[in-house]
Amino acid sequence: MKYIKFLFVGIIFGIVLVKSEAVSWYRIYEMFKFESFHMYGIIGSAVISGIVLLLLSKNIKNSNGGLMTVPKKDRGLTRYLLGGTIFGLGWALSGACPGPMYILVGTGAFSMLIVILAAILGTFVYGIIKDRLPH
Amino acid sequence: MEYILQPWPWYVSGPLIAIIMFTLIYFGKTFGMSSNLRTLCAIGGAGRKVKFFDFDWRSQYWNLIIVVGAVIGGFIAHFYLSEPIHINLNPDTVEKLHTLGFENAGQALLPPELFSWDAVFSIKGLAILIIGGFLVGFGTRYAGGCTSGHAITGLSSLQLPSLIAVVGFFIGGLIMIHLIFPLIFG
Repeated sequence: MKYIKFLFVGIIFGIVLVKSEAVSWYRIYEMFKFESFHMYGIIGSAVISGIVLLLLSKNIKNSNGGLMTVPKKDRGLTRYLLGGTIFGLGWALSGACPGPMYILVGTGAFSMLIVILAAILGTFVYGIIKDRLPH
Repeated sequence: MEYILQPWPWYVSGPLIAIIMFTLIYFGKTFGMSSNLRTLCAIGGAGRKVKFFDFDWRSQYWNLIIVVGAVIGGFIAHFYLSEPIHINLNPDTVEKLHTLGFENAGQALLPPELFSWDAVFSIKGLAILIIGGFLVGFGTRYAGGCTSGHAITGLSSLQLPSLIAVVGFFIGGLIMIHLIFPLIFG
């Protein structure tokens, strides 16, 4: 039962991303063509709301009584730039990032399962050669 | 109900995504969907051979539950909360996609030219899905996060690494759409 709240969050997440059309391959293409404000509006308003929410909640305790903490990313440049670029290539090609690929399966796009399997393989290969990559 | 059935505008969707992120931080977790790919590798036993996957994946169980919820949410939104899909794309975008061989752009969430079973069972179609997925899985772990972890959570918490990663997302996306698409399609 302690997981039911996460199921609920996931359901809302899936609904919002479908209703916002952010799961659509076409919207991603349009975004990278700079031909619509839609995706920039979604990401921009999410980030601005996120900044405000996190600032307002600085002195609020989380549901476990601990501090509200956002995990800090390690410092670095290469991994973020190179890894980000590789992710961007795949994002634009498949039109799906790691959230929408599951959500799209729910909309009946079962061919997305191939993308998911390939993404798992990509993560697996990263794990194997991780120590040989510049970070 | 009318407003729910229509596509939701960006200024409704964006803040809702921020609330989802915030809710997870409130629960003592974090908003990061790509971590599930690593968890799935670990469940598959990858930790026995590769150290990167040798962690207690049960601690990530909550995130897999979010995935299950996301699939259910996608189902509910698509089959019960939507009118037939008509994405209001820029007419220029529709025209450009037409010249690349994509007909009726915006009449579905995904182009049948890439995701229908006919496409999947062609070598080119299958290669596109596999290469696209592979790059997403590899790149997101290399960069330490995806759209949810870097673009939403990282930028909301004003982290420089996430800004660099998002710049990378756009470099990759722009190269793919502007330089590589004309070579693969059309």
